[in-house]
Amino acid sequence: MEYLPNILFAIILIIGIRYFAKNVKKLIRNIKLGQDVDVSDNKSQRWRNMAMIALGQSKMVRRPIAGFLHVVVYVGFIIINIEVLEIIIDGLFGTHRIGLKVLPESVYGFLIGSFEILAVLVFVSVIIFWIRRNIIKLARFWKSEMTSWPKNDGNFILYFEMVLMTLFLVMNATDVHFQALNSGNVVSQFISPWFSELQETTLHVIERGAWWLHIIGIFIFLNYLYFSKHLHILLAFPNTYYGKLMPKGQLNNLEAVTNEVKMMMDPDADPYAVTEEEGEAPAKFGASDVQDLSWVQLLNAYTCTECGRCTSECPANQTGKKLSPRKIMMDTRDRLEEVGKNIDANKGEFKDDEKQLLDNYITREELWACTSCNACTEACPVSIDPLSIILDMRRYLVMEQSAAPVELNNMMTNIENNGAPWPYNQMDRLNWKNE
Amino acid sequence: MSELLKVPTMAEFMAQGKQPEVLFWVGCAGSFDDRAKKITKAFVKLLNKANVEFAVLGTEESCTGDPAKRAGNEFLFQMQAVTNIEVLNAYEVKKIVTACPHCFNTIKNEYPELGGNYEVMHHTQFLKTLLEEGRLTIEGGKFKGKRITFHDPCYLGRANNVYEAPRELIQKLEAELVEMKNCRRNGLCCGAGGAQMFKEPEQGDKDVNVERTEQALDVKPEIIAAGCPFCNTMMTDGVKAKEKENDVEVMDIAELIANAQDI
Repeated sequence: MEYLPNILFAIILIIGIRYFAKNVKKLIRNIKLGQDVDVSDNKSQRWRNMAMIALGQSKMVRRPIAGFLHVVVYVGFIIINIEVLEIIIDGLFGTHRIGLKVLPESVYGFLIGSFEILAVLVFVSVIIFWIRRNIIKLARFWKSEMTSWPKNDGNFILYFEMVLMTLFLVMNATDVHFQALNSGNVVSQFISPWFSELQETTLHVIERGAWWLHIIGIFIFLNYLYFSKHLHILLAFPNTYYGKLMPKGQLNNLEAVTNEVKMMMDPDADPYAVTEEEGEAPAKFGASDVQDLSWVQLLNAYTCTECGRCTSECPANQTGKKLSPRKIMMDTRDRLEEVGKNIDANKGEFKDDEKQLLDNYITREELWACTSCNACTEACPVSIDPLSIILDMRRYLVMEQSAAPVELNNMMTNIENNGAPWPYNQMDRLNWKNE
Repeated sequence: MSELLKVPTMAEFMAQGKQPEVLFWVGCAGSFDDRAKKITKAFVKLLNKANVEFAVLGTEESCTGDPAKRAGNEFLFQMQAVTNIEVLNAYEVKKIVTACPHCFNTIKNEYPELGGNYEVMHHTQFLKTLLEEGRLTIEGGKFKGKRITFHDPCYLGRANNVYEAPRELIQKLEAELVEMKNCRRNGLCCGAGGAQMFKEPEQGDKDVNVERTEQALDVKPEIIAAGCPFCNTMMTDGVKAKEKENDVEVMDIAELIANAQDI
C-alpha cells in the first residue's frame, strides 16, 4: 500500500507519454503525406533563423503588446517546466521536494522563487490575453473562421494556463515545511495566510491535491497539443528552420514544367523517346488536395497558431474579400487531419472520400483574391507561407483545369500571342520612342 | 522636350560590335501603357543626361511572364522566361535596369534557375548609383519643400527588401518625405499584384487601391510617389475615386527627378 502513489504516478506518466508519442507519430506520418522537397541547403542560415525567430521571438515583438506578453508566457513556460523534473522524480520515488536534498537551500529557494514570480507574470499575461480575446474583442480574433472550435481552443489554452499556475502557487502555499523554510516562497507566502484557519492535515490534503492536479494537468495539456493550435510551441522550431530562405518575391519554378519546356524548345528532342520516368504517373501540376502540397507546407499548417496577424495585414481581407491567409492554413490542417483519419480507418490506406482541399475547403473565390503581396508571410511570427499554397492551387486550376477567370485567360492569351498582357503587337514595342 | 530621345537597341550595338553599359528592360507597361510610357521617357531622359550607354531590346523584348506565373500558368511563364533568356544571353547581357518591380523581381530571382544570370537593378537603385558616381545631379527645383509620400511597391519592398533607394532620391529633391501609416515592410499593396491588374477584384466592401489611397491622403501629400507602373495606375485611379485629382498628383520617382530639372 505504501507504494500505491508511486505506482499510480508511474502509470499516469506512462499513459501520458505513450499517448503523446502515438499522436506525434501520427503527426509525422501526416506531414510526410506531402511531396518531398529539398531543404537541405544553407544549414547555418536555417539555424540562425530558428534561433532568431523561434527561440528569440524576433517577429513576435513586432507587435509590442502581444509580443511582450507572449515573451513572458514563453519564458515562464520554459523555466517553470524545470519544476516538472522535480515533480516527476518525487512522484516516481516517493520523495518530497528532492531538489532540497540535492541543492543548497539558497539555490533551491532562488529557483522556486523565480518560478513563483514567473507564475504570477504568466497568470497576469494570460488574463490580459483573455481580455484581448473576449472583452476588447480584437478584430483578428473575431473573423469568420474564428468560430466554434478555433475560438474555444484559444480560450481553453488560456484557462489551462491559469489553472496550472494557480495550482503551482497553491501547492507551494499549503506546503507547511516549504513555508517554514521561508526561502523561495516569494509569492506563496502571501497566499498561505488564506489557508491559515485550516489544520495541518487538511493543508496536507490540499497540498497533495494541488500537486496531483498540477502534474495531471500538465499531462493533459501535453496531450491536448495535438488537437490544438497550441502545437506551435513545438513546431515553431522546425517550421522556422525549414522556412523560406529565398527573397519573398521569388516563387519556385516548377521542375516538371521546366523539363517539359526544355523538351518543347529542343529541336532534337524525340517526343516518343522512352524516358527514365517511364511507368510513373504523369506529374500533376499544382495542388488540389493536401497530398499535392509539399511536406513543409503541411508542417506550416500544423504550426499555425491562428493568431491572425497574416489576415489582419492581408489587403484582400482588409477590403472585405473572402480570402484569409489564416483560413488557408486552418483549412489545410483540417483537410490533412481528415485524410489522416481516413487512412487510420482504412488500415493505412487512403480511400477516396470524394473530397479535396479545393472547393470542399478553400474556394476559388478566395484563391483569386490574392495579390501575392507577401504581407501575410511578412506578418507571420513563425515563417508560415500561405502564399505558396495559394499559388500551388492556382497552378492546379490553370494548368490542370483551365479554370482561370475569363479576364486572366485573355491576359494569358495575349502573352502567348503577342508577348504582352494586352493585345498590342510586339512589333510596336518601341513606338513610345517617337510618340 | 522637343529634343529627340536617344534610344539605341541591342541590335544596333551588336551591329557596331559594342556592348552597352546596361540594358534597359522597358517592360510591357512601360512600352504600351500611356501613363507608364511617360515614366519610360522620363527615365530615358535621365539616362541620356547622365550619358549612360544603354540599350533596349525593342521589338525583341517580351513579357517576363510575371503575371502568367502569379496567375498559376507556370508553363507560359517558363516559355516566356526561356525565350527571353535566349535573347538576353545571345546579346551577352550582364546588367539590366528596369522601372518595373515585377520585371525586376522576375528577372532577378526567377530567371537564374532557368539559365539567366544578370545583375538586375530597379531604376531607383540605378539612379542612386548615378548620383553617387556624380554622373547625375539632382536639385530640388520645383519639388523643393513639397510634401511627398512614397508608396512601397510590394515587389520592390517586401519582395526584395529595397526600401531606401527611392526614399533617398526623394530627399535629394529637398522635398518633405512623409510616411504613410503602413510603409516599408508593412506597406499595403496597391491591389494590382498577383495578376490582379488584369481582372476585376472579387466581391468585397472596398477596392484595395482605394484603401491604400486613403492611407496616402491621410498624410496630406501634394504628391504620391510610386516606383511601379502598376502601382501608379492603381493609385491614380484611387485618387480619382476620392476626387482629389486636382490636389494630389501620382508620379514616378524618375518623373520627379526629370521634371524637377525640366529635362
